[in-house]
Amino acid sequence: MKENKAEESGTNRRKFLKLGLLSSFTAIAGSSIVTSLTAQEEEKEPAGEVIRLLTPDGKIVEVNASNINNYPEALITPEESRKGIPDRKFVMVIDLAKCKNARKCVEGCQKGHNLDYGQEFMKIKLLQDNPTSEPYWFPKNCMHCDEPPCVTVCPTGATFKREDNIVLVDNERCIGCKFCVTSCPYSARIFNWEHKAKFDDKSQPYSPETSVPGATGTVTKCDFCPDLLRQGLLPHCAQSCPEGVIYFGDKNEDLVTNGQETLSFSKLLTDRGGYRHLEHLGTKPNVYYLPPVDRLYELEDGFDVSEEVKERYKDVPYVQELKKQGKI
Amino acid sequence: MNIESRKRELFKEFAPRLETTSMLTKIYIGFLIVIILAGLYAFYLQMSEGQIVTGMRDNVVWGIYEVNFILLVCISYSGAFISGILHFFHTPWKTAIARIVEIITVLSLLIGPIYILLCMGRLDRLHYLFMYPRIQSPITWDIMAIITDIVACFIYLYLTFIPDFAILRDHCEERNIPKWIKKMYKTLAIGYQDTKTQRNRLHKITRTMSAMVIVLAIVAYSVLAWIFSLTLQPGWNSTIFAPYFIIGGLFSGVAFIIITMYLVRKFYKLEKYIRRMHFKVGGIILLILAMLYGYFTFTEYFSRWFSHKAIDTNLLDKLFTRYFWEFILANYVGILVPIGILFFKKFRTIKWVTIAAIIALVGVWLNRYLIVIPTLETPYVPIQDTRIDYLFYSASWVEITLSIAGIATFLLMFTLIGKIVPLVPMNYILDGRTAPDTVQNKDNKKISE
Repeated sequence: MKENKAEESGTNRRKFLKLGLLSSFTAIAGSSIVTSLTAQEEEKEPAGEVIRLLTPDGKIVEVNASNINNYPEALITPEESRKGIPDRKFVMVIDLAKCKNARKCVEGCQKGHNLDYGQEFMKIKLLQDNPTSEPYWFPKNCMHCDEPPCVTVCPTGATFKREDNIVLVDNERCIGCKFCVTSCPYSARIFNWEHKAKFDDKSQPYSPETSVPGATGTVTKCDFCPDLLRQGLLPHCAQSCPEGVIYFGDKNEDLVTNGQETLSFSKLLTDRGGYRHLEHLGTKPNVYYLPPVDRLYELEDGFDVSEEVKERYKDVPYVQELKKQGKI
Repeated sequence: MNIESRKRELFKEFAPRLETTSMLTKIYIGFLIVIILAGLYAFYLQMSEGQIVTGMRDNVVWGIYEVNFILLVCISYSGAFISGILHFFHTPWKTAIARIVEIITVLSLLIGPIYILLCMGRLDRLHYLFMYPRIQSPITWDIMAIITDIVACFIYLYLTFIPDFAILRDHCEERNIPKWIKKMYKTLAIGYQDTKTQRNRLHKITRTMSAMVIVLAIVAYSVLAWIFSLTLQPGWNSTIFAPYFIIGGLFSGVAFIIITMYLVRKFYKLEKYIRRMHFKVGGIILLILAMLYGYFTFTEYFSRWFSHKAIDTNLLDKLFTRYFWEFILANYVGILVPIGILFFKKFRTIKWVTIAAIIALVGVWLNRYLIVIPTLETPYVPIQDTRIDYLFYSASWVEITLSIAGIATFLLMFTLIGKIVPLVPMNYILDGRTAPDTVQNKDNKKISE
């Protein structure tokens, strides 16, 4: 219905936005409509190149190329960002068997979200489940829980859960009480403790979907990069990982991809024994982990990082042993 | 008329303190103002530089501000609770200490919430709490509880002040008291003439308010505890937290009242009214609360230790290594020593009861510290960071200065209130439930013992 309407008014009011999430195998998976355009954009534009798009219900529509919304002009206002992308249930699967602490996901995320060194939405932990088993590298971002404790405790609704599974923070609403930080069992949230020059950069209008620019005295965290998702791209971390550790996808479609291969989400979890971190807390995360079995890399390979990063793991008993043996 | 002459006598007794300010008091007030100014500078620094000037970081996002907040607000709630009980049950010996308790209640309730505001990253957005309130957030409950409590406590305090304002208004004319204060007495007395109807009405309202203040205190205590216990964090997620906070709060509140009683008695020369009997009763209440509080503390840690969930074990390990001395001071010394002192009748003297109260108060502050900070340092996902300030919390000078400034503000406001009204409610004395002159001699002996 919406698409038909769009077809009729394709040349003027409405703009189209590609949401080809699984772009590796679907040229254009669908389109969604972006409302609330600025006044100048509403001016009738001269007819130019016409592009044919495939709508989710299988229709071909022709739209003016200039009406295709290009990032970053496709500003999603804080109000719109509360709705989420229709009919999506985003999930992430992290394959622990392939992670070697290359830290490319961390760096990609920091670059994408204009974060400083040390400020990490994606953190790589070294976990050891019991004294006998070997530790493993554990990339950890926000779990985008279905029962998010952070959202429950927020006194102003600055953090919210969307229809498409994503939990976002609106830093224009946040009062910085930090209750969400204390209630998150995954330590996913970080705080902007001081003012930084980059916060004044208003060249890109603020959107909770990009988390950029940040704001002093507010909370921020991993946002699953909805701005990229709207363009049919994978989140920064999944894009940057050279090993294809991070799969991202849509639970409704039952597909996840790491950019190299596209797999069935449910089958992947079944075959590989996928689990969620701290399941017993009942937060119902949307980030799944595949256990670190048949690993591609030795644990020690992960210590090929800067001295400073290496220092982080010095308290893990296994690392102390490795150090004693002179292996790292 | 007998009652009229009594009023005049009482006024004569208390008036000199209202009239003149001694040099020493002036120096003292000046000293307090200097500390408060230092606090304001620290506040300015925190506002301009951001919370980076505090010791708080991504893991420990609440520091000693939160600890001070809990302590002060709990003192206030217990002040309300105790004052309500004293009034509601017409406790005969309340006369001397009722006003002190009421002033403590209101002042700590005004200063306490400042600390939670200091924890907030965006004070400029404070109004968002009312613009976009979300009822399921325990912070919203806490705000409602605190605001209701502040209003109720103010009304209650004011009600108990009215008859005294009337006495002051009627007798201040011939005295050397600044004009604006005389005018203030007149306004605040709102035409109270101490007629029989007026007196009865006032008694009725005060009694109703005292009952409400008790209930409100219980609600506010519980909501404060829920801010912690409704999260999933180890050391916070506990079913007994609400009653534990009530007992702990009453314990620190009674200790605080005893210390204030001691200071007021000493510096305001009120030995005639605040007698050993008050410390004795206070000591017995403190003893009972110490035992209850010890029991709660024991239960809380014992069940965590015995069931040894991995995350609880991590927390307890931290408490018994990094926080060993704090833990001993808070939960052994802070509870067992007051019990040890107060258990023996011969130690229930003014000096020893006050010493026990000081130990108890410091113990409770440390206990709150050990509730807030080690938990935040022990998250489910281990902290692996190279930045040392992100691993462990230690309060910065800004936080310490602001904490001390809070105490100074309390003392200053207490002193100023003491300059406007007598710290012993004259109307209670007139009620005749205790006649100080009859017991005075007997009691003076006791004091000199």
